[in-house]
Amino acid sequence: MKNENLYNYILGIADNSLILGQRLGELCGHGPNLETDIALTNISLDLFGQTRSYYQYAAQISGGGKTEDDIAFLRMERQYKNVLLVEQPNAHFGFVLGRQFLFDVYHLLLMEKLQSSSDETLVAIAKKTIKEVSYHERFSSDWVKRLGDGTDESNKKMQEAIDGLWPYTDELFQLTEADRIMVSDGIGVDVSKLKKDYLKRVSEILKEATLKIPESKYFQKGGKEGIHSEHMGYLLADLQYMQRSYPNMKW
Amino acid sequence: MTIAIQPNIDKALLPILETVSDPEIPVLTVLDLGVIREAIELEGIVQIKLTPTYSGCPAMDVIGDDLAKAFSEIGKETNIQLVLAPAWTTDWISKAGKLKMEAYGIAAPLEETADKDALLGNAKIIKCTNCGSTNTHLVSQFGSTACKALFKCDDCQEPFDYFKCLK
Ligand SMILES: [Zn+2]
Repeated sequence: MKNENLYNYILGIADNSLILGQRLGELCGHGPNLETDIALTNISLDLFGQTRSYYQYAAQISGGGKTEDDIAFLRMERQYKNVLLVEQPNAHFGFVLGRQFLFDVYHLLLMEKLQSSSDETLVAIAKKTIKEVSYHERFSSDWVKRLGDGTDESNKKMQEAIDGLWPYTDELFQLTEADRIMVSDGIGVDVSKLKKDYLKRVSEILKEATLKIPESKYFQKGGKEGIHSEHMGYLLADLQYMQRSYPNMKW
Repeated sequence: MTIAIQPNIDKALLPILETVSDPEIPVLTVLDLGVIREAIELEGIVQIKLTPTYSGCPAMDVIGDDLAKAFSEIGKETNIQLVLAPAWTTDWISKAGKLKMEAYGIAAPLEETADKDALLGNAKIIKCTNCGSTNTHLVSQFGSTACKALFKCDDCQEPFDYFKCLK
């Protein structure tokens, strides 16, 4: 493949949307109430839509008749480049919202910067995506505040989720090999530079939510290099089942 | 205010384009919705550039199929392309479209600042599509489709959709 770094770079962004979209899709019909159920699956749909735009572009770069579906459904676990944060299970509602919030703040910052990429297609996707992601971020930060600043019970659960997910946040700002090359080519975003703004925004919301900012200095990483947590295999089994059982099936 | 970039549509194609509607809000034609960015005829083939409202909008595939079908019925071949840039905004919904939307029971999108106030619950400004009262409240920022939020009227008690501002 001629543009292997660009291909890997695109998947590095897109896989986060795919895997988080899949996690949210699991909640379809299982949300705590009808409105949140619909909201979370709407967010899932936005993320899948974004994923399609990225994968269509990646398939075009890859050539050889590869399609967006091949990229979504026919890779092995180690070939997925999503961060560990987005594959974490739905556990309880606090975890669902906490994971969404910790990802949305990052996603919004990334899309802001990606709009200045020298790659036309990525700019178009970023400009489309940022409008959707700002709604997601508003939704998730609103809920974090509501639950954090709610009852003793909701505060406890929200804090538990933020503490539990915090070790997965630092990976968002680590550069992969493809990142480094794409940054120097003017195509990619230097995600390590987003950390300051991220911590500022997250701290503001947590403070407003009367939640404590975790002090833990121990962070997990590996997802970007394809080394995933124990949850990923089950997620992929669900995601890939139809294409594996009925190869090339279409809706 | 942003100025909508005028789509390049051949007038001769308008009568057919007007027959294709949004499958999720059937009172709106694709022209009302502003998703047709280009429609011209080149060497006997109708070239259409379509832009999605939201990335994951499932209506786009259906709209593409419906356009192809509408033109094939008058014996014309189509080449339909999905374009992402410039990104769709609710400013591209026509005035007539907004009126039809209201009559259908969906409150039309407000300007950006007003929209934010309404969706954060800071201001009671969304008009009930049933009785016209602004004594309404936000039930959920996400409604039955990605483009809508759910509201309820505190006067007539009817729930209704609000088409969110997208810029
Ligand atoms: Zn009313």
